[in-house]
Formats: sequence, structure tokens, C-alpha cells
Amino acid sequence: MTEGASFVYSFQSSSLDNEIEKKNNLGGDRMIEFQRVKKVYQTKKQTVEALKGIDLTVEKGDIFGVVGYSGAGKSTLIRLVNLLEHPSEGQVIVGGKDLTSLNPKELRAEKKKIGMIFQHFNLLDSKTVFDNIAMPLVLSGTPSREIKERVGELLEFVGLSSKARSYPEQLSGGQKQRIGIARALATNPSILLCDEATSALDPQTTSAVLQLLKKINQEYHITILLITHEMSVIREICNKVAVMEDGCVVEQGSVFEVFAKPQTATAKNFVRTVIHDEIPQSFLKGIGTHIPIIWKINFIGTTSGTPLLSTISKKYDVHLSVLSANISEIQETPFGNLIIEVTGDKQEVDKAYQYIKDEGILVQEVQVNG
Amino acid sequence: MGNTLWGMEITAEQLSTAFGDTLYMVAISLIFSGLIGLPLGILLVITRKGHILDNKWVFNILNPVINILRSVPFIILLVAVIPLTRLIVGSAIGTNAAIVPLVFYAAPYIARLVENSLLEVDKGIIEAAQAMGATTWQIIHRFLIPEGLSSLILTFTTATIGLVGATAMAGAVGAGGVGDLALAYGYQRFDTMTMIVTVAALVIIVQLLQSTGNYVSRKIRRR
Repeated sequence: MTEGASFVYSFQSSSLDNEIEKKNNLGGDRMIEFQRVKKVYQTKKQTVEALKGIDLTVEKGDIFGVVGYSGAGKSTLIRLVNLLEHPSEGQVIVGGKDLTSLNPKELRAEKKKIGMIFQHFNLLDSKTVFDNIAMPLVLSGTPSREIKERVGELLEFVGLSSKARSYPEQLSGGQKQRIGIARALATNPSILLCDEATSALDPQTTSAVLQLLKKINQEYHITILLITHEMSVIREICNKVAVMEDGCVVEQGSVFEVFAKPQTATAKNFVRTVIHDEIPQSFLKGIGTHIPIIWKINFIGTTSGTPLLSTISKKYDVHLSVLSANISEIQETPFGNLIIEVTGDKQEVDKAYQYIKDEGILVQEVQVNG
Repeated sequence: MGNTLWGMEITAEQLSTAFGDTLYMVAISLIFSGLIGLPLGILLVITRKGHILDNKWVFNILNPVINILRSVPFIILLVAVIPLTRLIVGSAIGTNAAIVPLVFYAAPYIARLVENSLLEVDKGIIEAAQAMGATTWQIIHRFLIPEGLSSLILTFTTATIGLVGATAMAGAVGAGGVGDLALAYGYQRFDTMTMIVTVAALVIIVQLLQSTGNYVSRKIRRR
């Protein structure tokens, strides 16, 4: 069972808030920690605060996604991890070490444990695919026989063994990113940073590259920190997400949590780009003076919504009508979104509500103003 | 005057000696100005703001010095550096003496051209190198130069052609060469044929250099 799936299981068996608490108490293995990190850019004319005090923890084995509109500071954030940018204030702890405290030699050694892939791939056009992947190994003085072996393995892993002698300009975008991934993995890193890695790719290629990243996470146990402006990327592979806006993390948690209960307007907007759970306009227009009771129910995993609804309507004296229902996939796990209108005696309605909650299913009342 | 050629006042031997002198001056001054200009050009790139060796002092001194040297007309430079030429070569006249001002002329020119070539290298490549933990030297010789090589070849082609032109003026310090021949015989003695032949020779040299440069540059880019 994958980590994502086991998480789903525990999510179902307890209420969401308990789950979050449990996770926090467990602590886990901390891979990347941002502690009150600020980044200020000083220009002659003005001071730009790109990051305004970030606290973030990426645990070992996570595929942690940071989503935000352009200019939110996510690009600066990811560059702080391998010190392509230096924090103005606060600390970034990677694998238990504050990289800013290391001397240049130690820093270079640490950087070999952090792979990075880029939106525009950043491959050397003057070198073959083989030489591109070999580069990090050449830099650390690996014997050429070892290099040959390792590059061969990596090419096979990304499925491009036949392209070893090609030049990057002869490859498609998706192939280039696979080469970028192979290069990033050459030194056996424990962390992979993905800087908008799929933003320059078409949807189909994006999906293939994301599946490759997932495979890396599962087979090599590499912790992944990715930044993106596409919520669909988060939905497809991440287990945790942070939403950034204007230099701050405005929301963070498990992907299920944020998708099910987005708190901020920005998070809601992002979730809406991949999950449509609006109450139909025609319904809203039809509301008179009577304010209806509307529940939003989220199902995760194989639990189907139908038995729940029929159980409730049998058990309690309530009438249910479905306003909106859809199932989307988060990390290959069905994620159901159900919006229902409930009518009936207040006592019965409350009992039904409690029943759903007791089942460990996420249910929220939706406020509708007529 | 031994055997004359095509009605010129100069002999075939004079012409071939002149050719040899020109090639000698161009080659030697290219080597020295390349050895000076290439590192300076690299320094101009990497010391600028936000680059791998960001250094305000080095950049802000180097940049205007190169500009000043580049603004001095070659004919003035030729005379101005005479004391230094004497010091280095031991004489202020002759082919070797011309090499000193030629280097003064070409080195800053090459530095500027190298700078332009290397600035074309995508910053993302440098970022990738830094992410890999490459040292400054590794970034220069494994990333910057290979990625800018095709453009650097064109840079050196341009510099070489510039030197061919400059050697013509070096005749003023008795350096010899094809240009000197053109001035001394073609212009001053109204020997039209010599003028035509020498200029044609220079045109051919420049054409050959440019096509070779283009070919090699393209070859590297396409590799």
C-alpha cells in the first residue's frame, strides 16, 4: 500500500482534526524546515519583501506542493532550500543542517544531496544527453567507468536509453524534462526540488512526468518539494500542500484537508480550478425567504455516497436532495464531493448530521443567503 | 628590382614576405590578446551584479578601463605605447615591435566580445550548475565556455579580422606586411596594380577567416 493510501485509510477512521493533531505529534523525520524565513530584495529605489516570515516543514517521504499565483514568492522559497537564494532572516534547515553555516566545500557536498529540475530544463545544448546526465558526477570527480554505469541506469529509469547520443535540441519537452530528472538523480540525492517542472509541458506530457516523479518518490524514497501554479499538479501527486500568497503561506496541510476544507479565498480559488462543487445557480435563485439547510459532504476512497444517503433517509425522518455531486481523483484516490439539501424536523436533521460525523465522514454546513 | 609580377613594382618575393609578416603579426598578437582578453571577458561577466563572483569593485574598475582603451584610435596607440614596446621588445621598429600595440588594441576588444558571447549563455544553465554544487572554476570551464563556444568562435573570428586591418596601420612603425606594401607602393608610388593585388589579398584573407569562423561555429552548434 502506498503512503498516500494508508493516509487515506486513517483519515477515514478518525475525524479530520484528530488526524492533523496526530500527525503533528508524530513529528516525523524533518527533511526541510523553514523557520520564520524572510527574504528581502533591496534595489536602489525600493525594498521588496518576497517572503514575509515562512514556517514550513517538509517531512521525509513527502511530495510537498507549494501552489500560488506568480509573484507569490514560491520561486524564491524553493531556491532557499539549496541556497540559490540566501534568506534575509530566519533559518532553512535541510536534513538537520543550516546550509548557511557551512563552508563552501561542505555546502557543495550538501548540494549533491539535493537534486533540482527546472521549468525550462536548463540542459546544456552543447552536450549530449549522456554528458548532460553525467555532469554532476563529472563535477564530483567520479571515475568514468562508474559514470557510464550510473548514467546507463538513469537513462533506463527515465525510459530514454536510446537517446544517449542525442542532443537536447533533438528532444521533445517531455523528454528534456526526463533528462533533467535523470541528471538531478545522478548523485543519489535525498531531496528533489521541482521548480515549475511541468509548466512548459502539455497536459499529457505533464501527467507522464508527474507519474515519473511519483515513481521516484516511491522507489527511491526521495522527498520532493515542488512549486507550481497548477492545482491539478498538486492533486495528482502531492500528499501535502501549502498555498502561498504575497510572500506568506496562507494555508497548509494535507492535500485532502485543503481540498475538502479550503479556508482562504486563494485556496478556494485554486481548489475550484480542479474540483467543481458549486451549488447550481438555478437553485440559489429559487430560494425564497426560507433558508435551506445545505450540507457539503466529502467522501474519500472507495466509500460510496449512495449507501450513506439511503441509510440516513431510512434511519431518520429527513428528506435529501442532491444539488451537486462529483468524484475527482486526488493521488489516484477517489475524492467525492456531494452537496445536498436536507429538509425535515430540526431534531432529526441534527441527529442525521451527527450520524455522518460519527461515521468519520467530513460534513460541513454550507451557508446560503437567499 | 628582381622579377616583377603583373607589371607591379614589387616582386613576388616581396609579396610573399609581406603575407608572411601579416600572418605572423596577426597570429602572435591574437594569441597574446586572446590570453589577456579571454580572462578579462570572463571576469566582466562573472563579476557583474548577481553573477557567480559578483564583485562591484572589480567590475567597476575593469569596465571603464576597457572602454578607455577601446576608445583610443589604433594609430595613436601605436605611438603611445612606444616606451613600453622598447622595454618589452627592445626596439620600437619592426614586426615584433608592432605586436605590442596590436595586443593593446585587440585584448580589450576581445574582452568586450567575449563578455557579449558569454552573456548570451542562459542564466538557467548557471543556476543548474550552482544547484549541482559546481565550483566557480567548474562553472566557467564546464558550463559557461562550452555553452558559449559557438559564439566565442565568431568572437575570435571578428577579432582576427580586426587585427588584419590593424596590421595595415602597423606599417607606420616599419612593421611590414601586406598593408604596408599597399601603402608604400600602391598609394605613395601610385602603383595601381600593387594596390589592387594587395587589397585583393586582404579581401581574400578576411573572407577565408570569416568563412572558416562561420563554419566552425556552425559545426559546434550543430554537434
